[in-house]
Amino acid sequence: MATSSGTPAVIEVHDLRMRYGDNDVLDGVSFGVRKGEVVTLLGPNGAGKTTTIEILEGFRMRSAGNVTVFGTDPAEAGDEWRSRVGVVLQSWRDHARWTPRDLLTHLSRYYAPYSTPVRPRPYEVDELIHMVRLEEQAEQKIRLLSGGQRRRLDVAVGIVGRPELLFLDEPTAGFDPEARREFHDLVHRLTDLEDTTILLTTHDLDEAEKLADRILILAGGRIVADGTADGLAREITREAQVRWSRNGEHFVHATPDATRFVRDLFTQYGDEIADLEVRRATLEDTYIALVHSYETGVESESEPAFGGAER
Amino acid sequence: MNATKNAIKTGLQRGWHEFVLSLKSPQDQGFYLFMALVILGYLWFNRNNELEGTGLMMPAFAMPSILGGLIAFGLVIGPGYSLAMEKEDGTLLRSKAVPHGLNGYVTGQVVLHSASLVPSLLVILVPSMILFEGMMSNGLSGWLTVLWVTVLGLAATLPIGIVLGSVVPSVQKMGTWGFFPIMALVGISGIFFPLQGLWTWVQWLAQVFPIYWLGLGMRSAFLPDSAVVVEIGESWRTAQTVIVLSIWAIAGLLLAPRVLARMARRQSGSAVEAARSEAGQWVR
Repeated sequence: MATSSGTPAVIEVHDLRMRYGDNDVLDGVSFGVRKGEVVTLLGPNGAGKTTTIEILEGFRMRSAGNVTVFGTDPAEAGDEWRSRVGVVLQSWRDHARWTPRDLLTHLSRYYAPYSTPVRPRPYEVDELIHMVRLEEQAEQKIRLLSGGQRRRLDVAVGIVGRPELLFLDEPTAGFDPEARREFHDLVHRLTDLEDTTILLTTHDLDEAEKLADRILILAGGRIVADGTADGLAREITREAQVRWSRNGEHFVHATPDATRFVRDLFTQYGDEIADLEVRRATLEDTYIALVHSYETGVESESEPAFGGAER
Repeated sequence: MNATKNAIKTGLQRGWHEFVLSLKSPQDQGFYLFMALVILGYLWFNRNNELEGTGLMMPAFAMPSILGGLIAFGLVIGPGYSLAMEKEDGTLLRSKAVPHGLNGYVTGQVVLHSASLVPSLLVILVPSMILFEGMMSNGLSGWLTVLWVTVLGLAATLPIGIVLGSVVPSVQKMGTWGFFPIMALVGISGIFFPLQGLWTWVQWLAQVFPIYWLGLGMRSAFLPDSAVVVEIGESWRTAQTVIVLSIWAIAGLLLAPRVLARMARRQSGSAVEAARSEAGQWVR
């Protein structure tokens, strides 16, 4: 388990199972998240990401397994627990007649009794509006916001209580590249300045790589990989691709040891080598390999899940 | 401050804010206007009809009954639709995601729908008093009766609306679950014509529900004592009115929080998402 180091565990999940009728959506999921970590949950549609997050948020009952968040079972947690957890829900059409400022002011009031000297709650509404760059829309009806502005408001609502733990379910769906960049900056700010622990799901592998300290890949109701983006890439697709040209002719070679290969290349040809490019496996390669191997049933019970994934 | 008290205070502010937004909304203004025109039109075209044996003109008899019917209708259908919609659009889930958020949400709903009663009654009451003669026969004591009947009627019917909104599977089902049954009950509750014209078993059925008693209470407030001859037992039955409405109020106050909490427990992001895509699927 990932909770071995000295930092206290915020989330501990052991053998979590969720069954609808005859269908096992989660089939023995175990993982941990330590204080201050940013963990991304990846996986194909229907893999159980949202189910997992909703169980951790205390919004959904599980079929079996042990789950604790801040040492408490979310299914039985009270309002004090709720005040420490932020949830960024998917965007809907609620509070259409309200303005962002009114909604944030209203929701922030619920957190006032939970303020502590170390963690003053809630955020000042003006500061929050500034953080998500909604100054110009603060007095507009929420109904009139664009998709991206709406999403930024959702994020602001999620963090209004200065949460110690934040759940984000596909936070950047529908963002343009600029809004995405700003959102990433906001996440960094939350983790660096507020020491917020974050668990997010996304389909954007680039985003996962940028934000996450650690990546969990969920496929078929199980965690099939758990590690850093880099670590997973090295573990699963060990070969790198080397491309170069010599005398106008282009070459490609796959090798497990790109450094040695390139050194040999230069020793042999020196200045004749041009257009050199070494491409390590990206998270995308890793992800596709893992999910593919899961879906074609290559893994077996005795091997690690990605044992058969090498190409 | 105590967190529950804080949430209830926040909910009071929430309800008031929503009420103000509703008054400013052309959509809701249009609704009030439409309702007023329909009801006042009905009274206007019947202004020269006399209710047999009483010397009363139709508007004088019908207006109090309609006020009673409106209280019941507004406080069952209003919160019913609100809750059904806010389950679907994610408002309820947002409230659930903040500490004591449901306390605040429910407080807000109670304030909103109670407050909304004022404009919906005033748009009928004020023009009626101006347009028609002899509407209030009992002076100040009559107005005091209007007040207590309204408050007790509110307590009796609002919880029904909350239960209805909690159990109705979708906004689209509000018609069959809420609107039509209430309209049917209004039809048999002596709002538009005296109850005695109906079969005995229908009269009994109508007297189980609060709508009949709201109408009766309102008539006792506005009409002269001579008009009591058209009522069942030739009496205003004030004690029974208080008892029946109180029983509904107590039953509602016991039941509504439990039903609401049960419904709220099942709310989650994917539940909202499922309801939303279900609502978008007209052809099945």
